[in-house]
Amino acid sequence: MKLPVAEASAVPVPGETAARGAGGGMPEGRAQGSPRVQKDVSMERQKAMLAGYFSELAHARETGLKVAYTFVPGNLTELIRAAGALGVYPEVNALQSAMRQKSDGYVREAERLGHNEDVCSYVKCDIGMLAAGNIGPTGEKLPPPDLLLLSYTGCFTFMKWFELLQKEYGCEIAMLHVPYQADGGITEDMRRYVAAQLRDEVIPKLEKVTGKKLDLDELSALLARSARAEDDLVWVLDSARNTPSPIDAYFGGVYYVGPIFTAFRGTLECEEYYQALRQEVAARLDRREGPIMPNGVLAEERFRLVVEGPPNWTHFRDFWRIFYDEGAVVVASTYTKVGGLYDDGFRHGRAEDPLLSLADYCLGCYTNRSLPARVDLLASYVRDFHADGFVINSLKSCNSFSVGQLVMMREVEKKTGVPGGFIETDLVDPRYYSQANIKNRIESYLQMIAQRKGRA
Amino acid sequence: MEAEAIVRRCEALYADLSLGSVREWKAAHPGRPAVGLLPVYVPREIVHAAGALPVSLLGGGDQIDIVKGDASFQSYICHLPRSMVELSLTGRLDALDGFVFPSTCDVIRNLSGIFQMTTRGKYIRYLDLPQAMDEGTGGAFYRRDLVALAAEIARLAGREAPGDEALAESIRRYDRNRRAIAALWAVRAGAPWLVALDETYLLMRAGAVLPVEAHTELVEAYTAAVAGRARKPEDRIRVVVVGAFCEQPPLGLLRTLERSGCYVVDDDLFLGARWVEGDVLALEEGRGSVAEESAAPVDGPKGGPHGPPGSDGGGDPYGALARAYIGKSLVASTRYQPDGRRGEDLVRRVRALKADGVVFAAPSFCDPALLDQPPLQKSLSEANIPFITFKYAENTGQFQSIREQAGTFSDSIKLWGEA
Repeated sequence: MKLPVAEASAVPVPGETAARGAGGGMPEGRAQGSPRVQKDVSMERQKAMLAGYFSELAHARETGLKVAYTFVPGNLTELIRAAGALGVYPEVNALQSAMRQKSDGYVREAERLGHNEDVCSYVKCDIGMLAAGNIGPTGEKLPPPDLLLLSYTGCFTFMKWFELLQKEYGCEIAMLHVPYQADGGITEDMRRYVAAQLRDEVIPKLEKVTGKKLDLDELSALLARSARAEDDLVWVLDSARNTPSPIDAYFGGVYYVGPIFTAFRGTLECEEYYQALRQEVAARLDRREGPIMPNGVLAEERFRLVVEGPPNWTHFRDFWRIFYDEGAVVVASTYTKVGGLYDDGFRHGRAEDPLLSLADYCLGCYTNRSLPARVDLLASYVRDFHADGFVINSLKSCNSFSVGQLVMMREVEKKTGVPGGFIETDLVDPRYYSQANIKNRIESYLQMIAQRKGRA
Repeated sequence: MEAEAIVRRCEALYADLSLGSVREWKAAHPGRPAVGLLPVYVPREIVHAAGALPVSLLGGGDQIDIVKGDASFQSYICHLPRSMVELSLTGRLDALDGFVFPSTCDVIRNLSGIFQMTTRGKYIRYLDLPQAMDEGTGGAFYRRDLVALAAEIARLAGREAPGDEALAESIRRYDRNRRAIAALWAVRAGAPWLVALDETYLLMRAGAVLPVEAHTELVEAYTAAVAGRARKPEDRIRVVVVGAFCEQPPLGLLRTLERSGCYVVDDDLFLGARWVEGDVLALEEGRGSVAEESAAPVDGPKGGPHGPPGSDGGGDPYGALARAYIGKSLVASTRYQPDGRRGEDLVRRVRALKADGVVFAAPSFCDPALLDQPPLQKSLSEANIPFITFKYAENTGQFQSIREQAGTFSDSIKLWGEA
């Protein structure tokens, strides 16, 4: 499954103009202000956080810290930290490899090793990266896992992925089976089943690997910090209800969710990061400024869109530029909910028991929700964020997201009366991204939306 | 009954995508529902005990033109969900009162949501098979869900939830079915020239729509009948087919495979019908229930909906099904395998069956089958077991390349002892 994250040097950094890979520089278009790199304080803070973290990982063997590989949706970052270990997120490594134009080679290497062209490109990118020495995004070698923490949340392929890695590393593996919200809700039985696995399977294996007894009070303290950061993130994402929106909740959104979806949730620096981010966005809101796009602040918000599905990472800037050139701002997206859905009030640490809180979190992630529930969420975004339209970016690699999206589109159209747009790309396999085709589709779609707005 | 007559009957059932036999069953059993079960595995014993006819759904094969189904799925998604939607939206599944979607993969999971949105008025149920392979957690959770599932299907039938004895009786009937199939598999392994692959496959497919009792009789009759066939072994290699557990290859592909010089001595076609190895109720005497053993925070109802385990015979049949899933399932790509023994299991099977090689035949875009292939192939290579690989869709219509590939595979093994 896919992961949103901004990384020290390779992520969608708003305002950064340096040409990197196929995308080249960002458009001049509708932006106002300097074409030079513009960076928020929060951006600088995030870059420093990530650089420090990957450095910590690179030296984990020397410092004696244990490493747990795990996935973003349903990640147990607070638990991993409380147990005294560091988390590694293979989806993050894959998307960062794509941003650095390395995923093509990694995917081809995995295919040369026998992995089929039909299967998830995140998996193949990871396998290829491993074959090439497991060099992380900062150029330092990532440590091998002491534990594969398999959170089976919303994506079947996760299970197969870690089975493959287990064959490679031969290390301890822990499965956390998170039941699917097929009927649109979480039952008490589901919560207690997940909590029982945490107690009986995950925690003992973490303790075995780290040699440290888990301190539940320490875990609760981390969860409380997570909740405060989540409050600020929700505020930031909700700011897009304003017109003009001060944020782009998809292309910018993947940057906003970076720390909280990965290794930092529960830390003081994460809490402080979201405080700073909120202040920045509040200031833009006060100035009635649009979002910071690749080349500066967007001057004119022509279209307000909702987007379903992860972005393409190999051509992230080109992809973003198509929207930017048309003055299209994404005011809500589902991808920024894949590592945690906080819309309905969930916050870490607020359940009666810390393990039940983690269970609630895992069960609530976006792709663990039924298709009708996803339709309802999309329809509510279209209505509540006053969107002119919604676009589905369907990914070849990701059945968890993609299967049913055509039906979902028709259902959202019926519920909202707003027409949907549909495009197809891939996560990290550049062979499945066609700039001309995507640009043509988006432009045609927005022309149609413009005509509708003109009639209204 | 002659084997050929049995096969003709099975082929007629296979070809009837409108489920005529299910309609006949319902007409003969007024008020009793039929419930469709998606691949790969749903415990049919539960449906049977609840008073319904379990009907395994395996797509439309190459017998149906896909129009509405293609409008629901992108090109890079496997074919089975397309034909399932087509069958549903064209009324061919109208005989069914509900559907159960097991947690096979993301496609089958999301297909449950599509049916929720497009199939109004039907019972739609997702069955979360446990990936926590521990009786105390995964087993207890699964057992509670089976109790709930049985009660829901019984409500469709206007009945009380089945008690332990009713479920135990259903399990016994399926245990007999499993024994009949195991006997047929023994014939395949010992004298594959007596049982063609397409025949055994059609026989298994008949079990998708027939009541279990009728299917068991058919299998037993066929197995007895083929023993009297005056066929001599041909110069073919013995192969195991791997990867076809969900979306099924067309019949023509199976025939092509054997005509290319292969005896298929084992396969994973329609794996759900053979999911559990051995009897479910064997060794259950005197055991407590999974829920009793569970340390899970929420205890499920013990001994089925009506009483304590073992109160009316059969031990704890709900728990027996849960234990069977955790401890007696065949190795399958869709089931979590933390010890990484899939490769070892395949090598062991190949050797036990004295097979010459393996044919990896997986549907296009099937993540579970295709992601398993590299490590399985590595295990085979390390054991010096040759293999070939190809992909198919359920409506594949051209078999020439497969004939050439399989034929070359067979010839090379026959000539040089390796591929």
